[in-house]
Amino acid sequence: MPVMESVIGLEIHAQLKTATKLFCSCPTSVGSEPNSHICEVCSGQPGALPRLNAKAVELAAWTGLALGSKINNFSIFSRKNYFYPDLPNGFQISQLTPPICEGGGFTLPESENKFIRLNRIHLEDDAGKCIHDKQRGLTLVDLNRAGTPLIEIVTEPDFRSPAEVVEFLKKLHTILVHLKVTEGRLEEGEFRCDINISLRPKGSEDLGIRSEIKNLNSFRHVSQAIKYEVIRQERQYERSEPIIQETRLFDPVRQETRALRSKEEAHDYRYFPQPDLPSVPVSPATLARLKSELPCLPEETTMVLLSLGLTREQVAIIQNRRGAIEYFEAAKSFFDEPKQLATLMLELLLPAALREDIYPLETKCTPKLLAVLAKLITDNTLSRRAAYNLFPEIFEHGTDPKELAELRGVLQVSDAGAIKALAVDLIKAHPNEAKKYCNGQEKILSFFVGRLMQQSQGAANPKLAGEILVRLLKSQPK
Amino acid sequence: MNEIYKLTLTEVVEKLKSRQISATEMISAALARIEVTEPNLKACLTILGDQALSAARKLDQDGPDPTRPLWGVPVTVKDVFCTKGIRTTAASRYLENYIPAYDAQVVIKLRQAGAVIVAKTNLDEFAMGSSTEFSAFGPTRNPWNLTKVPGGSSGGAAASVVAFQTPGALGTDTGGSIRQPATLCGCVGLKPTYGRVSRYGIVAYGSSLDQAGPLARRVRDCASLLSVIAGYDDRDATSSLHQTDDYTTAQPVTLRGFKLGLPQELWNIKLDPDIEDALKNALKILEETGVELRSVNLPHLKYSVAAYYILATAEASTNLARYDGVRYGHRSNNPQDLTELYMASRSEALGPEVRRRILLGTFALSAGYYDTYYKKAAQVRRLIRDDYYQALTDCDLLITPVSSLLAWDFGSFIQDPLTLYQLDLMTLPVNLAGLPALALPVTLGKTSGLPVGLQLIGRPFDEINIISAGLALEELFPPLR
Repeated sequence: MPVMESVIGLEIHAQLKTATKLFCSCPTSVGSEPNSHICEVCSGQPGALPRLNAKAVELAAWTGLALGSKINNFSIFSRKNYFYPDLPNGFQISQLTPPICEGGGFTLPESENKFIRLNRIHLEDDAGKCIHDKQRGLTLVDLNRAGTPLIEIVTEPDFRSPAEVVEFLKKLHTILVHLKVTEGRLEEGEFRCDINISLRPKGSEDLGIRSEIKNLNSFRHVSQAIKYEVIRQERQYERSEPIIQETRLFDPVRQETRALRSKEEAHDYRYFPQPDLPSVPVSPATLARLKSELPCLPEETTMVLLSLGLTREQVAIIQNRRGAIEYFEAAKSFFDEPKQLATLMLELLLPAALREDIYPLETKCTPKLLAVLAKLITDNTLSRRAAYNLFPEIFEHGTDPKELAELRGVLQVSDAGAIKALAVDLIKAHPNEAKKYCNGQEKILSFFVGRLMQQSQGAANPKLAGEILVRLLKSQPK
Repeated sequence: MNEIYKLTLTEVVEKLKSRQISATEMISAALARIEVTEPNLKACLTILGDQALSAARKLDQDGPDPTRPLWGVPVTVKDVFCTKGIRTTAASRYLENYIPAYDAQVVIKLRQAGAVIVAKTNLDEFAMGSSTEFSAFGPTRNPWNLTKVPGGSSGGAAASVVAFQTPGALGTDTGGSIRQPATLCGCVGLKPTYGRVSRYGIVAYGSSLDQAGPLARRVRDCASLLSVIAGYDDRDATSSLHQTDDYTTAQPVTLRGFKLGLPQELWNIKLDPDIEDALKNALKILEETGVELRSVNLPHLKYSVAAYYILATAEASTNLARYDGVRYGHRSNNPQDLTELYMASRSEALGPEVRRRILLGTFALSAGYYDTYYKKAAQVRRLIRDDYYQALTDCDLLITPVSSLLAWDFGSFIQDPLTLYQLDLMTLPVNLAGLPALALPVTLGKTSGLPVGLQLIGRPFDEINIISAGLALEELFPPLR
């Protein structure tokens, strides 16, 4: 058998972050009572007609702009016809030709800067959900999700390894979340992908017969599924058994892919232009406005953050946590010490927000409060340890750090006079120790500093106290 | 005033406005007339007696309102317009007990204008047919001869208006479904330009062809109804922002020098002798009045029936996919699995013509056939539209027959759908072209005694012109008695 290489292409579905559905004004929010967010349009009642959500069109065009695609002046919606209980109209409204965006792509820095080409990005609506009640032997249909706007991003078959796929997906996810095109919650299925895999002899330009693994919403599962599927197909070739074009599902428990019954996928979708919707215009003026509103892409932001002196690790964490960039930028507008802020975010704020399962900006510790805390540390008014002790209170109640520090009496005394007075008294009270210092036992300094801190109830600036003590000890008469 | 039900819509409006009659009296008269005529006519699927009367009493309490042009006027709507809380069947077993949760846009507009819906009228199931014989609830009869069909699909609406149940009605027209029954029953029917009237809440048949419009015994009555229902609706993305006119103020055109184009392809078709006679005579009268009759050509017309029955059935096949037994409507008992649920629910509750069109349309869209059928038909459609636009550059309006046959006997074509399809040739190309058209009665056939009609076709959104011409023709060809 020749050496085989795997050829992989992706179809990624991302749920667009719009307040309302793609073709009606029902809310897109999740987790409501079944069938509470439906109307005549998204439940497929007779006579109801779709009307296009303009925001969804803009988000799709925005995505295309960010990914280097060509945005079509006109795209059209088509009906994709098939029967399923969660599909209320008996057709999905999708785009065939032309879609809203064509082409584009980006490079993968960790895969030798390989460029992955996009084929297209198009708009479509999501289906509802079937809930199988095994106890009662019933299948129930919840249409709350029906009509939710999605973009489907289709790549060219440019991937050769699971590592490339995962790097691509992570980067794409970061970009889409950063653009606020999608919330991107993987566990909610807001970012999910189908993987097309085939094998071919290395060096060949032909495409082999592919299988499609449907509906993966975990990067780990993507990697596992591809690894399994490649091996499965290799074995088929080794045994000279034909690969059949089929849809497969990945079972994360058994770590294998399984074919769906072929009957379920014998689809002829009978695409044709959706007569209820005119073609979708994106005017040059709209396009120009969208371009001007496009925020810095993650890569650009990375460069900026690195240039501020943050480490790669810090940058990665801040970029990957939803809402962290916004928090960071807001805090920076109050106090422009990026390193200090990033450290406090990484060590205090982000872990606390994660524990509470809320976005950074939703916490009671506002960017302004964190900025105040950072400034107190930088100015030596508060010790880092004291700051960390105060943080839980600030996070929980939104208390002003400075007031809290005063209340707890932990503000550092940087008044040299007050510290000197304490130091003079200390040296007088411990003549033996002072003598030892003069005799070269410089380590005894820590004894004095400790005592001084004790007497100041921790409020003295330890650095300053040390300096003053050294000066006084060295100047004692021998 | 025993016969106030016989008043035209315009007369009813006047009498209500001047309080010579109350809304309650008018609505009661209409309901009484329905009660008398229904046993023979069978034009109505649902009669809204109590609801209509309480609406009328409410109107009387509030008093006439100059901003409500149809204050107290009884109307019917074809049973494809969704009515909140009132069953909407589309004359299908599938929707026999379906009660919509919302109103169609034109229903909202009618009510805002003060009209009272007294009944929902019969039709061919899902508006597929031209005789009402495909209604799941039995056919409507022609008021001129109860052994004849009323035409269709808006046969209930036309028969109802002609039998004086109400002075006006709303129907829908996908390939002639307003104009053909209007002509077979002998009333006026207007199909507006595609996009002129909102389709929101109208049970869809062929989405790119469907258009709601009025039927009445007078042209001016149709104009009044159109004024109420026309206009942009942001819930229908295909509705037009093109400005509407006040059609109620239309005046008859001066017929001297008025240019009417006669599409040769339609006038050369063999007509029923009664129709042939009547229309030849009508053209003679028009010429004598000073109308300039011009021959025009619609070279692609011969492809129109084929193109129409591909496009309309393709759209229908997917529009009707929602009737799957899952969420509402008929559901088969104890299906073994999902596929059987679909197949049984649909086969049990959808009638033969509907099933035929779903099959035709599904075939036309199938892999490997799309380019041959749907795509080609869409291209032909454009050529036909261009033909009409071209023909209309040289004349004010086009004039054609509406039907090559008089109202026929029940059962004549029930086994011969192809012939029935061919009979739509006069009307369906207008839907392909998206143009406005008015059908108006000319006379009764000499030997048959059945109504004969003419069709006026205008430029897009130029309803005012066909109404004005219709008013002038109405003076030459008085309404049938």
